[in-house]
Amino acid sequence: MTDAHEIRHEIRIATGDDIVRIRRAVRTVACAARMSLVDRTKLVTAASELARNVIGHGGGGTVRIERLISPSGVSGVRMVFEDAGPGIPDVRLALTDGWSTGQGLGLGLPGARRLVDEFDLQTVVGEGTRVTVTKWTR
Amino acid sequence: MTTQPGEQTHIVELLRSRRETALDRWTELAGAELRGRLSRGELRGELDDLLSLMLRALDGPDAEAAHDELTAALSEMSRRRARQAFTPTETAFGVFALKQVVYELVTESGSNRPRLTEELMAFSHTVDELGLLTFETYAATREQVISDQAEQLLELSTPVVKLWEGIVAVPLVGTLDSARTQVVMETLLQTLVDTGSLYAVIDITGVAAVDTEVAQHLMKTIKAARLMGAECVISGIRPQIAQTMVALGIEFGDIVSKASLADALEYLLARSGVRIVREEAG
Amino acid sequence: MDRVPILKAGDVLLVSIQTDLEDRTVMALREDLAERIVRTGARGVVIDITAVEIVDSFIGQMLAGIAAMSQLLDARTVVVGMRPAVAITLVELGLSLGGVQTALDLETGLRLLGAGPLDGGPSEAQDRR
Repeated sequence: MTDAHEIRHEIRIATGDDIVRIRRAVRTVACAARMSLVDRTKLVTAASELARNVIGHGGGGTVRIERLISPSGVSGVRMVFEDAGPGIPDVRLALTDGWSTGQGLGLGLPGARRLVDEFDLQTVVGEGTRVTVTKWTR
Repeated sequence: MTTQPGEQTHIVELLRSRRETALDRWTELAGAELRGRLSRGELRGELDDLLSLMLRALDGPDAEAAHDELTAALSEMSRRRARQAFTPTETAFGVFALKQVVYELVTESGSNRPRLTEELMAFSHTVDELGLLTFETYAATREQVISDQAEQLLELSTPVVKLWEGIVAVPLVGTLDSARTQVVMETLLQTLVDTGSLYAVIDITGVAAVDTEVAQHLMKTIKAARLMGAECVISGIRPQIAQTMVALGIEFGDIVSKASLADALEYLLARSGVRIVREEAG
Repeated sequence: MDRVPILKAGDVLLVSIQTDLEDRTVMALREDLAERIVRTGARGVVIDITAVEIVDSFIGQMLAGIAAMSQLLDARTVVVGMRPAVAITLVELGLSLGGVQTALDLETGLRLLGAGPLDGGPSEAQDRR
């Protein structure tokens, strides 16, 4: 498909105000991918959680938001959150409900994972973390 | 298409000079089994259009434009076939039959041109490509039809009904899969908002089986309704389902479950302050 | 930064959130509400989130925080108008909103607080501080 990556945003994540901008961008892309209201809400919420994670634990970073079209023609949205923070020493623990190093509820990563279809976390201690999530249009 | 204009001159000439014969034969071959889905006249008309475009695409001043038109016309025809319940084989064969037609024409003409074999090969290749295109479009259309139907079925099978002012119910029937349960969940919650209903009954009397995922969806619906300030009651859990749920370790916690829809309604009427009194006979 | 206006009707404070909330706005709202509850002696707070398209864990926590805080100040908080999509997402996220009382719409919310429907509309002037 030629227009698979036609919509693409790259947004810096530094302060709380950026979170609102990211939510708006994700909503636009999710609309373009013709997601249902519920799926759109889930995706925007996941983006919000992950962006908070980047600020709270990664010391800021970036997010890339793009529209996807799978080989079989299914529409979707992919978001890649990257930070150059301290990394996560114990990934399994970080993906457990209720576990948090910040002052949050510890729902960020595990909660966001439940809101999307695909979730991939790459982290190197001392170098940073990259979370890639994808949600497909049902 | 790999064919260059002018490469198949003899075949093109034959098709042009004996056009009516070719069309008749093509219609005959392609329409061997129409079973009333399409009239012979309609089929001939379609093939006539295709043939014109094909001749232009093979050997015309506007070959490229004609080829695009031909592709579009073929796709359109395949989409129609898919909706007219033709099988993919029938649909693709309709195109492949042209090879037979051309072969017969060439044989009849008794031509002995030097490059005839090459021409036939190239022509055959062209038709194959077109046939495959037909097949692809057909498959895509069928998939679309199937997913459309599945969606319609989903909508049909999840009615939310009003039982009383402020009380709605969703009677579930048949097999609950994850996707359908999710649709039910969303429809039910939206109905609560639209009708301003504080209470809902999810009646599963007609449900044959419940697996973990479906039970989880039901639980989530009930929790979501609570977050919105409404209350959900489950009714009609069959003994087998109750046993399965216990075996699966599904806990319904503090959720209210009633034996029948009537019991659930009675319970919710009481909750909303309605008292039912039987009038004395006489 | 935008501040969310707080309306007063009888002894109930009314907050209607109309925008995608920035974190600072939510935190400011909590401070404003605390101050207004004390100053007006309000017994109830209704937060209308009909227009809110997403509630993430931070905003959810803030709502729960407002409810807990108002309780300490002897006022009950009811969150009204949560959209189905928001509720479904919160459940999936694993957020229960703690002890926050919720109601389907403004009218039900006011009834829960014993305030009844506002027949003549809000009688007090809007206070933007």
